[in-house]
Amino acid sequence: MAVRHSCAANKTEIRPTVLIKRTYYRQGLFKLALTTLLLVFMSACAKPPAGHPPEEAYDPFEERNRAIHEFNKSIDRNLVRPVGVTYSEFLPDDIETPLARLAGNLSIPSDIVNNIFQLEMADATENLYRFAVNSTLGLAGFFDPATELGMPARNRTSFGETMHYWGVREGAYIELPFVGPSTERDTAGFFVDLFINPLSYLLESPWNFASTISVGADALARRGRFADTIDSVLYESADSYAQQKTLYIQNRRFELDGGDLSGFDDPYDEFGPPLEGDFE
Amino acid sequence: MTFLTRRSILASASASAIMGAALPAIALTEARAEALVNSVVTEINGVIASGKPLNSMIRDFERIFARYADVPIIARSALGQDSRRASPAQLRNFTRAFQGYIARKYGRRFREFIGGRVEVTGVRQVKSYVEVRSRVTLRGSSPFDVRFHVSDRSGRDLFFDMLIEGVSLRLSERTEIGAMLDQNGGDFDRLIAAVSRAG
Repeated sequence: MAVRHSCAANKTEIRPTVLIKRTYYRQGLFKLALTTLLLVFMSACAKPPAGHPPEEAYDPFEERNRAIHEFNKSIDRNLVRPVGVTYSEFLPDDIETPLARLAGNLSIPSDIVNNIFQLEMADATENLYRFAVNSTLGLAGFFDPATELGMPARNRTSFGETMHYWGVREGAYIELPFVGPSTERDTAGFFVDLFINPLSYLLESPWNFASTISVGADALARRGRFADTIDSVLYESADSYAQQKTLYIQNRRFELDGGDLSGFDDPYDEFGPPLEGDFE
Repeated sequence: MTFLTRRSILASASASAIMGAALPAIALTEARAEALVNSVVTEINGVIASGKPLNSMIRDFERIFARYADVPIIARSALGQDSRRASPAQLRNFTRAFQGYIARKYGRRFREFIGGRVEVTGVRQVKSYVEVRSRVTLRGSSPFDVRFHVSDRSGRDLFFDMLIEGVSLRLSERTEIGAMLDQNGGDFDRLIAAVSRAG
């Protein structure tokens, strides 16, 4: 609509400055909105005190987090785990895999929005091509011809990563009810991402729920498929809250920094080389 | 802080370059670190391919771990600051218990690696050690990133950490062992007994 409109204006007035001004104005509004949002989050995310060990999560809300952790574990034990394991066992892979693909494909538009926010235009383009191919040839995403054609893998991202890119710090560690481990930054990102997917505005009801439902189904299937790994963290570690926290934080920082190691100490500096005859 | 700007990464990179120039030639080369990881991978593949019963595979894995990893420094890292309170005998016993615990805990999941593939994708010097990066492809899952941190500061080329998608064995076990020590009222002998049973 917008494009046709400006073309018409251009034809009658033949004043390119109008077009430029209008685009500038739009960009200005967009920048203002994004900047405001980022500034709000920037001041909202807590800063750890001096001397806080950099490799550890900052956890000033531990008491509340632990209560939520126990709640999440009881939900998992009584509902999510049994349903997930049954779901994954009984549903043939021929259905489980396409559902996972659909969930992935329908969330690509929100990746693209975040790619653009992060000025990663190459990633945005690759995602756009993948989405276009899989939404058409792949029948809305139930199939994955993009991978079969050798197209680049999906560049998965989130508004949490957009905030990281623009300098918002991680903030405190937070365990969310039902959702699980997060940080202040990722919690804010999680809620923004709920509204960022253009599909939810373009599609009509009930199709705009397809994304949510397929993501939920995929989450259940994953609980079943990775049952051993998740069980070992939740039910076999000495302190499942602390274990889940450190796993989440380490993995999330790796996703965002790509394995930057400045937070890592050299243990030989701390403990020195082992003594002679120390261990045989 | 966890968050890093490009500038601070550059700054730390140039700082380590200066420190590197001031130090005498570093003995551990990237090639030697890569050779170590290749040996570990080859030996582990051999164990998986052997098709032995699980308990026997776990024993083989413990032997590989003891040979190629600096178990004493990993065990000390897992104890963290508490290691300074332990007597030399307690440290020795803890290290031995820890070695078996790691072998059982990770060896139990060897089956997931059947038919898997490991390829070394990069090597780089980080601070005082070398990082060997690899990509692991298991059946039915997308490839993931596994890194080994190799050092010769024990007197031999050994790895002292393994990171799977950024999750460090050393840091995760520090959390776990710390929780176990708390459960046992800070008593090392009870901790050692618990670690011998766990995994």
